[in-house]
Amino acid sequence: MSASPKSPVDRGGPAQPLLTVRDLKKHFPISRAVVRAVDGVTFNVLKGETLGIVGESGCGKSTTARLLMRLLDPDGGEMLFDGETVGGNNNSGGVAMKEYRRQVQMVFQDSYASLNPRLPIEDSIGFAPKVHGVSAGQARERAHELLAAVGLAPNQYARRYPHELSGGQRQRVNIARALALYPRLVVLDEPVSALDKSVEAQVLNLLMDLKEKFGLTYVFISHDLNVVQYISDRVMVMYLGLVVEQGPVDAIYDRPAHPYTRALLASRPSMDPDKRRSEPPLTGDPPNPVNPPSGCRFRTRCPFSEKVCETTPPPATDLGGGHLAACHMAADGSGHSKAGGIAA
Amino acid sequence: MSAALKMQPAAPLVKLRDLTVRFVSRDSNVSAVNGVDLDLAAGESLCILGESGSGKSVTLRALMKLLPKKAVVEGGIEVAGRDVQAMNERQLQDFRGSTVAMIFQEPMTALDPVFTIGTQIAETVCRHEGISRSAGMARALELLELVQIPSAKRRLAAYPHELSGGLRQRAMIAVALACRPKLLLADEPTTALDATVQIQVLLLLRELQEKLGMGVIFVTHDLGVAGEIADRVAVMYAGRVVEEGPVGAVMRRPLHPYPQGLLGATVHAGLRGQRLTTIPGAPPSLENLPPGCAFAPRCSLAEPACTVAVPEARKVGADRMARCIKV
Ligand SMILES: Nc1ncnc2c1ncn2[C@@H]1O[C@H](COP(=O)(O)OP(=O)(O)OP(=O)(O)O)[C@@H](O)[C@H]1O
Ligand SMILES: Nc1ncnc2c1ncn2[C@@H]1O[C@H](COP(=O)(O)OP(=O)(O)OP(=O)(O)O)[C@@H](O)[C@H]1O
Ligand code: SF4
Ligand SMILES: [Mg+2]
Ligand SMILES: [Mg+2]
Repeated sequence: MSASPKSPVDRGGPAQPLLTVRDLKKHFPISRAVVRAVDGVTFNVLKGETLGIVGESGCGKSTTARLLMRLLDPDGGEMLFDGETVGGNNNSGGVAMKEYRRQVQMVFQDSYASLNPRLPIEDSIGFAPKVHGVSAGQARERAHELLAAVGLAPNQYARRYPHELSGGQRQRVNIARALALYPRLVVLDEPVSALDKSVEAQVLNLLMDLKEKFGLTYVFISHDLNVVQYISDRVMVMYLGLVVEQGPVDAIYDRPAHPYTRALLASRPSMDPDKRRSEPPLTGDPPNPVNPPSGCRFRTRCPFSEKVCETTPPPATDLGGGHLAACHMAADGSGHSKAGGIAA
Repeated sequence: MSAALKMQPAAPLVKLRDLTVRFVSRDSNVSAVNGVDLDLAAGESLCILGESGSGKSVTLRALMKLLPKKAVVEGGIEVAGRDVQAMNERQLQDFRGSTVAMIFQEPMTALDPVFTIGTQIAETVCRHEGISRSAGMARALELLELVQIPSAKRRLAAYPHELSGGLRQRAMIAVALACRPKLLLADEPTTALDATVQIQVLLLLRELQEKLGMGVIFVTHDLGVAGEIADRVAVMYAGRVVEEGPVGAVMRRPLHPYPQGLLGATVHAGLRGQRLTTIPGAPPSLENLPPGCAFAPRCSLAEPACTVAVPEARKVGADRMARCIKV
């Protein structure tokens, strides 16, 4: 049943993942073909954690986010929210879609496009609560609470319009708006990418504070590998519609097992002009998601590709401690000459 | 006064002196650039760093006389020994492309969606050098190979939308290099790219710069990008250069409180679990700049003297400059 908004029912206890995603798929039909944007991804989002998602442009991060939000309907796979099927009706015992949509909220990169330019920000923030039956007065009160929580004094900012705010301030408003329904999970798709570095730091600090204060769980998508390392507890690496590696942040950053993850991490600018890169860690273009390579999808750009990589998709191999890598080199007896050589 | 810190040979490629740019309209007066001095030697690479709105793009555009009519531009702008401000439309057309070229964050602003990549490059070359179309196409192929576009020959016939983000960026660079400019202006060309493609494009630009002996002015707000590509950096704040110096020195130990704050706020490995340092407050309104140092309202070291007059450019050692009275 519907929980009191301030204390959503924790059904399964802390050990049960907040979100379980199994073999999730989204294929976009285009003229006479389909884009296999998300092609069978499996992962958990644990209660109270931040799961970072990284990967090349076009690998399916935003599509995954939109699937989690149910802004898109999946073409296959399963999603459980705190142990219950998403979108079931009352009889089948799942979480109803309306309730799920309240508990899962999203923040996008473009702080401007996601706010109604004609509404003062307190009305933008209060809009969803009103739709969910909260009175106008209470919605305003909640908007003011949230503005204060994101560091914008309500008496100064509540009546302002989006164009009267800086980019960082607008992103704070977006975050406040995402929290207006007391969600449990917030999906953040490149939330700081459009911000200046000094503002980015402010917003990251804010996200950490809010997570603590409201007991939130985050899925955090970014192409800034330093930011993902800073904010995430676990990290998931995607390549061409698939998860190629996932695990605790330190395992991924200190002992990356998949050749794509290694190349991605090695692509970070060095921050030391005396130690500049001389070769790009990854060359060539990503293959077309309409017609991905057979076997391992990374094999066309992988320096270690062998026969088995061409014929057999590598399964996710457990390297211990929840660190999974989908590469034949990680799996004993896969038939790759370096098999087992990269166990953590 | 002068920020010409580096010992330059007789004629630097770029010489900006006390550049000011204001956007004046009936109801506003924006002081976007407020006295910028910059020098660039031939073959040198300078990064302009700074927050959104600090005047980086406006400064670049002034170098090509690409600002709108309502912009009031004052000061000296000299590129390859020529007075840019004094050029007429015809001289500018020749100047743009053959002496200076520019690349942008969004390649589609520079590429025409209705023409193939090959045609666009060939056109540019033909217009400037008066060579035949087939010679133009041959140059186009050479240029696509120069920017390391795979299957260059096939890509001549590709339309911009048929290329991936990284390839489009390379195609735009090829168009910019079509007439062998001496100076390449790059306005955040890698900001929208993911890490693996960003490093490819940065390495390409560095290689081209060395190979072609071009001067490059590269705008970014990412310190890491500057570290990969710059010889020197200039950090802008509210339309002024507040610090300038060799990239290594500035990145390791900035002198001015603003770049110090910026370095502190930059997320890097090893900060996990710690609160990030931030710069409190927000940049000043360019319609109403505070007196004295524009950073003073946000600066933890500020004292009354900071707000009396704009701090002069102080030299530190042979090749560094900062505009802060505490330096
Ligand atoms: N509505 C759509 N119709 C057709 N193809 C789509 C659609 N949305 C996304 N795609 C394609 O699906 C793939 C995955 O896109 P997605 O936006 O999820 O990538 P991403 O990882 O978020 O990339 P980026 O880092 O650039 O944001 C891409 O090839 C994209 O072109
Ligand atoms: N055509 C214009 N008319 C009025 N104001 C302008 C115009 N172009 C730029 N400005 C203003 O001049 C200031 C400097 O802008 P500029 O584009 O140089 O900033 P920037 O440092 O490049 O920022 P960003 O990192 O966001 O690209 C800004 O306040 C901007 O709003
Ligand atoms: S499975 Fe083969 S091709 Fe794929 S990443 Fe591993 S070694 Fe490379
Ligand atoms: Mg995306
Ligand atoms: Mg700009």
